[in-house]
Amino acid sequence: MELTNYLGLAAVLFAVGAATVLLRRNAIVVFMGVELMLNATNLAFVTFARIHGDVTGQVLAFFVMVVAAAEVVVGLAIIVMIFRARRSASVDDVNLLQS
Amino acid sequence: MNDFVAPTIDWAAVSPVLVVLGAGVLGVLLEAFVPARARRTTQITLTLAALVASLVAVGLLWERVSEGAVSVVGGSYLLTPFGLGIQAVIAISALLGVLVIADRTTTGQDSFAPAAAAVPGTTYEDEARRAGLQQTEIYPLLLFSTGGMLLFPATDDLIVMFVALEVLSLPLYVLCATARRRRLLSQEAAFKYFVLGAFASALFVFGVALVYGFAGTVRLQGVVQVLADPGTSPLGTMRGLVVVGLLLVLSGLLFKIGAAPFHTWTPDVYQGAPTPITGFMAACTKTAAVGALVRVLFTLAHGLDADTRHDVQVALWVVAILTMVIGSVVGAVQTDVKRLLAYSSIAHAGFVLVGVVGLDEVGSSAVVFYLLAYGLATIGAFAVVTLVRERTVSSDDRAGALGDTTDDGVVLGEATALAQWAGLGRRAPWLTAAFSLFLLSMAGIPLTAGFIAKFGVFSAAVEAGAWPLALLGVLGSAVSVFFYVRIIVFMVLTPPSDDEPGAVVEAAEDAGSVTGPAGGAPALTGTATRAVVARTVVTVVGSRGPAAVAIALCAVGVLLLGILPAGALDLAGQAAQFRP
Repeated sequence: MELTNYLGLAAVLFAVGAATVLLRRNAIVVFMGVELMLNATNLAFVTFARIHGDVTGQVLAFFVMVVAAAEVVVGLAIIVMIFRARRSASVDDVNLLQS
Repeated sequence: MNDFVAPTIDWAAVSPVLVVLGAGVLGVLLEAFVPARARRTTQITLTLAALVASLVAVGLLWERVSEGAVSVVGGSYLLTPFGLGIQAVIAISALLGVLVIADRTTTGQDSFAPAAAAVPGTTYEDEARRAGLQQTEIYPLLLFSTGGMLLFPATDDLIVMFVALEVLSLPLYVLCATARRRRLLSQEAAFKYFVLGAFASALFVFGVALVYGFAGTVRLQGVVQVLADPGTSPLGTMRGLVVVGLLLVLSGLLFKIGAAPFHTWTPDVYQGAPTPITGFMAACTKTAAVGALVRVLFTLAHGLDADTRHDVQVALWVVAILTMVIGSVVGAVQTDVKRLLAYSSIAHAGFVLVGVVGLDEVGSSAVVFYLLAYGLATIGAFAVVTLVRERTVSSDDRAGALGDTTDDGVVLGEATALAQWAGLGRRAPWLTAAFSLFLLSMAGIPLTAGFIAKFGVFSAAVEAGAWPLALLGVLGSAVSVFFYVRIIVFMVLTPPSDDEPGAVVEAAEDAGSVTGPAGGAPALTGTATRAVVARTVVTVVGSRGPAAVAIALCAVGVLLLGILPAGALDLAGQAAQFRP
């Protein structure tokens, strides 16, 4: 069934996003990794909706989009604030809290 | 053709959440329309009123819900006795937390930056401080966060749970960044919390997607039905989907609880965030997340076959043991009071999970009581931390004048280094007594709430056949008793180190050095860092009322639950039922 290919793609995108969050050093890129994970979830939702033949999954994808948008607002604000205070958006420089 | 049929909504059942979220929206409007000087009082009044109203609503619903769960819009909002019990604990903790947040102390300054968006060390920041600006937006943010927390354990719908998770998290990320002092640490805490929190949310929602794929629904009851009868869903035979999905959902929840191996954010965020916010966050977020965990886990465990259920329990065992060990052992070597309390909260997450492993009603009742006991002690302890401050040494200041809060030195941020707490008992006997009481409760000493709470979760574990886990829990408690008592001895018996001003300089510089950013330059202002302060001593500032009330209420609560637990245990017993 070719729909499983979409699920495979969703899983790969999710893994790429997770790897980005864990491995990359630039805060913006890390943040993009999170967004990639959320969008992979959306792909999985709509594919499953197609398999089940109902629209619930598509509606859920909208919920995830709205939440992702809200997260962008707060997240970018925090990253910009950090950048303005330190002139750097590298997650490695954010290390004052290690005792 | 398709006439729209409006759903009938049982507004009374939703009222505890609705009151709080509604007051949050009203608070945003107040920001725009109320004149600046009246804003703070209005916001605080509104916030406290909303939380009290929410608590009253929970009380009014109690009778009705204990006769049978109330389901609104097909389970999108599901009020089980357990969910209502958790809401009661959250409302009480939030009320006490807001009292601490509202306190300006005798210095006349609260814990929040006059203009949180200003870059630390700029003239804009200085001007904002001189103009006496205040960030009253924190109160609506607190209400939104509390609303999310109240919704979190009271739904049967995983996507509503996800939305609630974000509604509770997003305001907290912002609140973490608003500290008046040590602003770089505060911003860093917000950043770490945000990145890791967003990551955990993404795991959670991908888990929800897999569960949806399995069952064709995100209602937990529906998933249980498909588990019982796989033929009703096209993918109903692919049990792997629901197991992986459940694990991802649990990861997201365990992150919010701060259980190992998802605990690494906890010490950093708890240390960097403004202390009153830390207390609020530590108590309320953990309560809400444990409530949601119990809701998901206990409901789904009902539908899983014995083998899978056993696997899930083993996973919980591992997490609980790891969490207790890391919390107790790493906590024992901390030198910063806030970090120490953070590790103690990690250890408590482990103890709560011990009560959860049985996946039955004995456990859920023990969990409600534990969360209440933990919430009271935690908010009280962080409230005490907000009052122990550093003060610059004025010209005529000699060792004899130490502890005199009317002195002319400038009061700075909190003295969080443990070394600075030596001999606190002589400066502030009542505060020290209260702090000791909270620590003893956290350690689980008899006649405090912590003892009854720990007894409850451990006996629930024994009843569920998890006695090795209960044994490890008792051992873990014993280790933590050691480090709690060490602090008490330190506060009461050790003479204050700053009788010798030289010793204090070192402590202050030690703390100051971590506030400078990699670039160095912008941090050198009074609000951003303490590095400019050459010599500081420890002082105890007075509360302007609210925080003192909160500390007193927490202390009374801890003692009352410890000495006369019968009433609260009865209520917790009524709140045991987690199934509709």
